[in-house]
Amino acid sequence: MSGTMETEAKSLLEIRGLVKSFPGVKALQGVDFTVRQGEIHALMGENGAGKSTLIKVLTGVYSRDAGTMCLDGIEIDPHSPKAAESLGISTVYQEVNLIPHLSIAENICLGRQPTFFGMIRWREMARRAERALARVDLKLDVSQSVASCSIAIQQLVAIARALDVSEKLLVLDEPTSSLDEKEVGELFAILRKLRDQGTGIVIVTHFLEQVYAISDRITVLRDGKLVGEFETANLPRLKLVSHMVGREITQTEAGGHGPLDRDAGAKAEPLVEIRNYGRSGSVAGMDLSIGRGELVGLAGLLGSGRTETARLIFGIDKPQTGEMRVDGQKTAFRSPRQAIRKGFAFTPENRKVEGILPRLSVRENIVLALQARQGLRRMISRKRQLELADEFIKRLGVSTPGAEQAVGNLSGGNQQKVLLARWLATQPRLLILDEPTRGIDVGAKAEIEKTMQQLRAQGMAILFISSELEEVVRACERVVVLRDRAKVGELAGEGISEESIMHMIAEHGHDH
Amino acid sequence: MRFPVANRYVPLLATAFVLAALYGAGCISFNNFSSLRVAVNLVGDNGFLGVAAIGATFVIISGGIDLSVGSVVAFTSILIASLVEDHGVKPLAAIAVALMIGALFGGAMGGLIQWFDLPPFLVTLAGMFLARGVGFMIYPQSHGIQNDFFIQTVTDRLAVRLNDRVSFPFTGTCFVAVLVLGTFVAHYTRFGRYVYALGGDEQSARLMGLPVARTKVFIYALSGFCSALAGVVYTFYTQSGDPASCVGLELDAIAAVVIGGTLLSGGVGFLAGTVMGVLILGLIQTLITFKGDLNSWWTRIVAGMLVFLFILLQNLVSSASKRLGAKS
Amino acid sequence: MTTERFENKRVRWWSSLVWPVSGLALLLLFDLCFTDGFFKLEVRDGHLYGVLIDILNHGSKVMLLALGMALVIATGGVDLSVGAVMAIAGAVAARLINAANPSFTVAIFGALAVSILAGSWNGLLVGAFQIQPIVATLILMVAGRGIAMLITDGQIITFTDPRLTYLGNGHLLGMPFPVWLSAAMLLFTAVLTRRTALGLFIESVGDNQAASSYAGVNAATVKFFVYVFSGFCAGLAGLVAASNIKCADSNHAGLFLELDAILAVVVGGTLLTGGRFYLVGAIVGALFIQALTTTMYMRNVSADVAPVPKALAILIVCLLQSPAARKRLSGLVKRRNT
Repeated sequence: MSGTMETEAKSLLEIRGLVKSFPGVKALQGVDFTVRQGEIHALMGENGAGKSTLIKVLTGVYSRDAGTMCLDGIEIDPHSPKAAESLGISTVYQEVNLIPHLSIAENICLGRQPTFFGMIRWREMARRAERALARVDLKLDVSQSVASCSIAIQQLVAIARALDVSEKLLVLDEPTSSLDEKEVGELFAILRKLRDQGTGIVIVTHFLEQVYAISDRITVLRDGKLVGEFETANLPRLKLVSHMVGREITQTEAGGHGPLDRDAGAKAEPLVEIRNYGRSGSVAGMDLSIGRGELVGLAGLLGSGRTETARLIFGIDKPQTGEMRVDGQKTAFRSPRQAIRKGFAFTPENRKVEGILPRLSVRENIVLALQARQGLRRMISRKRQLELADEFIKRLGVSTPGAEQAVGNLSGGNQQKVLLARWLATQPRLLILDEPTRGIDVGAKAEIEKTMQQLRAQGMAILFISSELEEVVRACERVVVLRDRAKVGELAGEGISEESIMHMIAEHGHDH
Repeated sequence: MRFPVANRYVPLLATAFVLAALYGAGCISFNNFSSLRVAVNLVGDNGFLGVAAIGATFVIISGGIDLSVGSVVAFTSILIASLVEDHGVKPLAAIAVALMIGALFGGAMGGLIQWFDLPPFLVTLAGMFLARGVGFMIYPQSHGIQNDFFIQTVTDRLAVRLNDRVSFPFTGTCFVAVLVLGTFVAHYTRFGRYVYALGGDEQSARLMGLPVARTKVFIYALSGFCSALAGVVYTFYTQSGDPASCVGLELDAIAAVVIGGTLLSGGVGFLAGTVMGVLILGLIQTLITFKGDLNSWWTRIVAGMLVFLFILLQNLVSSASKRLGAKS
Repeated sequence: MTTERFENKRVRWWSSLVWPVSGLALLLLFDLCFTDGFFKLEVRDGHLYGVLIDILNHGSKVMLLALGMALVIATGGVDLSVGAVMAIAGAVAARLINAANPSFTVAIFGALAVSILAGSWNGLLVGAFQIQPIVATLILMVAGRGIAMLITDGQIITFTDPRLTYLGNGHLLGMPFPVWLSAAMLLFTAVLTRRTALGLFIESVGDNQAASSYAGVNAATVKFFVYVFSGFCAGLAGLVAASNIKCADSNHAGLFLELDAILAVVVGGTLLTGGRFYLVGAIVGALFIQALTTTMYMRNVSADVAPVPKALAILIVCLLQSPAARKRLSGLVKRRNT
């Protein structure tokens, strides 16, 4: 808890009117951000909100286009991480950027080792490292390698390094993603101690419960703009969710739309059924079933575990608990290839890294999955490849100079369409779409929605993941709601509405 | 010793074990193997390879690779021979010039690698071709050195008398000196630690604010310097310069480095291990010479097999420690 | 609509060859102007002779290696062992052909089988054990020559079998046989990669391995195969090399040819990081290297100095291929213009 609330604790960091753009993207449009001394301030926002850009400008990775940044009243303009560090802004990233094979002591002091005429003084360095660790209540053998420690310890070592540089402002980017409950608790105890000593802490996180547990204030960004700065104690969860999603909501109970065209009947036996399927660091064990001709939505805020669920179902990650049944048979996929053979398909959220083959042509990208399933020898003839490419280019409205254009040159939206085409070409039984409409123009979004309904009518099972609640509500006949890497509930038919989903996310408790 | 710590040192211990086992096998199988002369020759004959391999170790620890080593050794040797014998340059001056050229050459390669983001494999390959060709341009064939400094001073006066029959050659002294200096740089200078950091995780090193660009260029300059120094030692050893020599020396250096426990992916490495690797390679050669009826190409096969075994060992150790680190 | 697409395709097909062909053309132009006798061709005993023919002939070894190397590099790997495998293949063939009951077929099959075995070893290390390709193929590069020496007992083994010597010295329809062999392999490789799904899989694995795995491509199998194929090509090249000199010289056979092969592939347009590969480009690259060597030879430049222009060629190609280099250099140009 944030102790006695002084009316105006001294402001440590003041950012006013920050603007940063990239070619084609206005990442930050006049954002204000204030952090006070002795405060834990959570920075939140959905995809494209501008959180990571703000952090990168603050820590010197990017340079700003406009606006002012003041630290302790003095205007600053860090142009490199090292510069930011020397100003007193230290950052701990999600991947805990330490050097794995070097010792704890070295990692803490790297770049600032105590020297004697150029010679490193190892014992002095060890003592310094031990003092740094004491600040985070750790007592360890500092000569052991960082790689031999758990992630939780590594994170504390990274924080110790950051504090060793400066205790002014600490920025933590997703610090709890890889920690279990106990470790989170220990980390928060340290953070509270540091806060009480006067350090300003910025924490970027998606976990709603944790935000309420640890932060004093919350700043919400959306689409590059500031939504507002709030005192955590005075912000109801529902309001927070509504700010993040961008939809006003009243406190009244959820009212639903009537179902549009949903055959709420015919509960065919499920195509895929998972029970208590989960994996530590991914999602807690959950139940989910999808039947033929069903369009099921997976809704939740960023980081709630939707992609993780998809990866588990598609066989990219292996579960540690629970079981999956396909067509009633117990199944375990050891790789995506096996899932594909059962008729599964998956368009990943991160299309650049996991989806497209940038230097290959539209045609090649489209036929790849189908060809992979058919094998080496049964090659799809050039003529048939061109036919397929043409068919999907037309059907999905892919804007490209031709089927031979390298996919990397297409716009993001068109790349997404090519990716979708790839899987549609395999005529799957279950199609998992992870954020298929992100970065796509309105017209194309409608196209994809229409295509989904057509496919559903033809008997395909579809799992639709999207952070745009209105899409999910409009398209799906059943919605599974996730929060903080666990399923919190399920809505069906008339009960589906944006309000009801937001309520479910905002409420406490984890009912499956 | 806690297991996670020992994990890092397991390959090094394995190397030491192999070295001891080979030496022991030699002593048991042959008379005179345990004599002082054999040991001294082992160090002295492989002095130039050792110096080159120490430079290569730094490059590999940083996650890079240097294929130009052998060519630079040959180039340096013929440069010195030519300067001293044909142009009347004083030996020490010639040596100084050669070392400077080696360092600049390496630095140039490092610059190309860093600032143009070119793959080290290809850049140092080009370096290898370049150095080799230029060596031949200096003088087209082996060139003996008659200069007193090389024949008398180095061979006689700078050798350390151990007993009335054996003296420790200067090439060996050079080897030991470079080892000592190299170890100092690797463990007691900030630069040395940056090398390890770069190889461990370049992205993290950048985010920590370490001078990545400067370090990378300097590492290749250091390797070029060591290769040139190895060339100098080579002239001491053979009292000649030869542009056609040391073909494939870089492979021997890399083999020594891998056998010595350094990960080819970077971040972990031991100069002491490299030295042991060089001695192992030398021992295999010596054993084969002693055996007499085994042919010298067995050296290549055994070396290849050792490299394979150590790579396998490295893989096992790194996957084991990954599993350990993942648990809380 | 169809013509538009067709034109798109044609333009693209040629454009990848622009650089290597221009390089080769420039070199030939230089020779046309400054090197006497470069383009002289004559017919003797029904066989074509001349410097150009020599280039094709001597370049055959690298052309064969480059075909295999192109596929390996396309998956993002590299095969350093091909020179050593050449030596092994030559050694096996020489041994078998001098055996008690000499059989040409056995010698050929033996040599190729061993090469395929060597390739499988590499493929296993890279595909199954996921060892870095440089490291994995380094092992065979170091040990391989030793193995070849073992097979020949350290001697240079000569042979006289007319069919074996025909491989490297014979003529078919006026042209040296190795040229036909290279042409045949080019055709075979093209059919193998473009008329089956293999080419697509290789390029997808090299372009984005994660994405291709998610699309169902078995990356490990693809990688295994390309190393086997590279071994096979090295075997063929080794047979030609041994046949050329009518003996198996394990010390020198294929020495440094792996580096020439890598250079040929890279000059031919394939990126070292993998993705699209260009077979014809690799062939042109090999010819470029051979033409360079021949030009220098004809201008009385010592063969030992020949590596220098090769070095410059590597650097130029690297700089052209590197996006960072292009950015910096164009930045320099812009600054000068403002």
